[in-house]
Amino acid sequence: MSESNSREIVVPGDLLSDSPDLRAGTGTFRENGRIYAAQIGIKNIRGNYVNVVPLAGKYLPKAGDMVIGVIIEIGPSNWLLDINCPYPAPLHVNDVPWRVDFGDTARYLNIGNSVLVKVLKVDETKRIQLTLKEQGLRKLTSGRIIEIPHSKVPRVIGKSGSMISLLKNYTNTRIFVGQNGRIWIDGEPDDIRLAVEAINMIDREAHVLGLTDRVKEFLESKKKIES
Amino acid sequence: MGGHSDIVLIDENGLRLDGRKADELRPIKIEAGVLKRADGSAYVEWGNNIVLAAVYGPREAHPRHVQDSNKAIVQAKYNMAAFSVGERKRPGPDRRSVEISKIISEALEAVTMTELFPRATIDVYMEVLQANAGTRCAAITAASVAMADAGIPMRGLVTGCAAGKAGDKVILDLGQEEDNFGQADVPLAIVPRTGEVVLLQMDGHLTQEEFEEAFRLATEAALNVVYPLQVEALKRRYAASTEEIENGITNGLANPVPHEESAEEIVDEVTHAEEGVALEDMDASGEEAGQ
Repeated sequence: MSESNSREIVVPGDLLSDSPDLRAGTGTFRENGRIYAAQIGIKNIRGNYVNVVPLAGKYLPKAGDMVIGVIIEIGPSNWLLDINCPYPAPLHVNDVPWRVDFGDTARYLNIGNSVLVKVLKVDETKRIQLTLKEQGLRKLTSGRIIEIPHSKVPRVIGKSGSMISLLKNYTNTRIFVGQNGRIWIDGEPDDIRLAVEAINMIDREAHVLGLTDRVKEFLESKKKIES
Repeated sequence: MGGHSDIVLIDENGLRLDGRKADELRPIKIEAGVLKRADGSAYVEWGNNIVLAAVYGPREAHPRHVQDSNKAIVQAKYNMAAFSVGERKRPGPDRRSVEISKIISEALEAVTMTELFPRATIDVYMEVLQANAGTRCAAITAASVAMADAGIPMRGLVTGCAAGKAGDKVILDLGQEEDNFGQADVPLAIVPRTGEVVLLQMDGHLTQEEFEEAFRLATEAALNVVYPLQVEALKRRYAASTEEIENGITNGLANPVPHEESAEEIVDEVTHAEEGVALEDMDASGEEAGQ
């Protein structure tokens, strides 16, 4: 399945492959039959695609992403949300689970409120549509929100959710990781603090080997000190 | 340029004021990711030049009329600190820095995949902390490292370098005195991957042969010396922190790193990420029901 297992870091313009059998995947581009890296990241060959898994970069929304947004502007029939991406994201009254009268938007969601929303669609011109009308999506009324680079979101979740369940079990908190790098944590203040510390550790050491085990060790040592 | 003095720029051995040979660069140091709050950043020491570059974006362009509905715009700002030169420089944009900002914006835009971010802007700020001739080359070199560090998709890096003529000889990378009392200065920037020229200026007079020699000196130095330093700085930013932490763990804890994760696993996590979120979603709704 995979032909390259080295953790090779590539920078924009690095030649990835000149094989005609391979296709240019994410974070790459093709020129004169050769494939080059477009972004700083880790080179990865998967199937017949060459990809660059980015190590940095802004979050770009895509349909289906669960993100945490903050209301920054209110219109008579919509809200504008900051979802940590280069574009403002409108949430229309038709896409919320309440019946909102025209001009009555502020009664439901006000500026500064945080919401867990889903990206409904993003068109070619990068215009975004959000929705709150699905199970699990809601206004976040308690807990804390922290931010990490969105490129590290997969590390906080871990392989099939291993890291996130580790965090939840050890810290006894409710956690939601938005694809845009915002993380919502709720629970007892001390538990939240511990979870935040652990997530900061993941952020700091995101690309280092054996992360899950080290986070586990960290959480265990903290638990021991407490008891 | 234009200044007259009895100063001997090149001695009888063909050496320059600072002891360099005609085709020798000043020592260069590049570091990526030096600022925490910027999306990407770089620090460059080029001889006695010191430049700091920071990149923000892509982000929404303001005011609205500067937005381009088809692509992102690149807004680079070159600024010299008041204390960067011998006699205090009056702060703020002047004719010179507005021009440099414009040409650097255009040079960077040439490699940026702007079509990916319609209506957005990519802001690049270059601060010259210490100037000693050749700051625009140092600045664009820093700027392109900062942009790569910010994870902005680009068709290649941009590397700057200058050559010129002083003491009747074509020389590489002019220093302050050579710039002031020499005969010509040719700053340029190339895309090392393709050899494209994205910035080229000239001040002073050169014959065609002299220009071609200066051009060759500067492009070769950019390609063979400066570019590898840029790449190395970017790779070190991630590789170094990896090693540091691994060493820290081996020294600090009883059990060293137990197993090696491959890039493949990281990618696995990327692919699993969406499942992970789906899991989260179910959890959240479960909790909602429980409340």
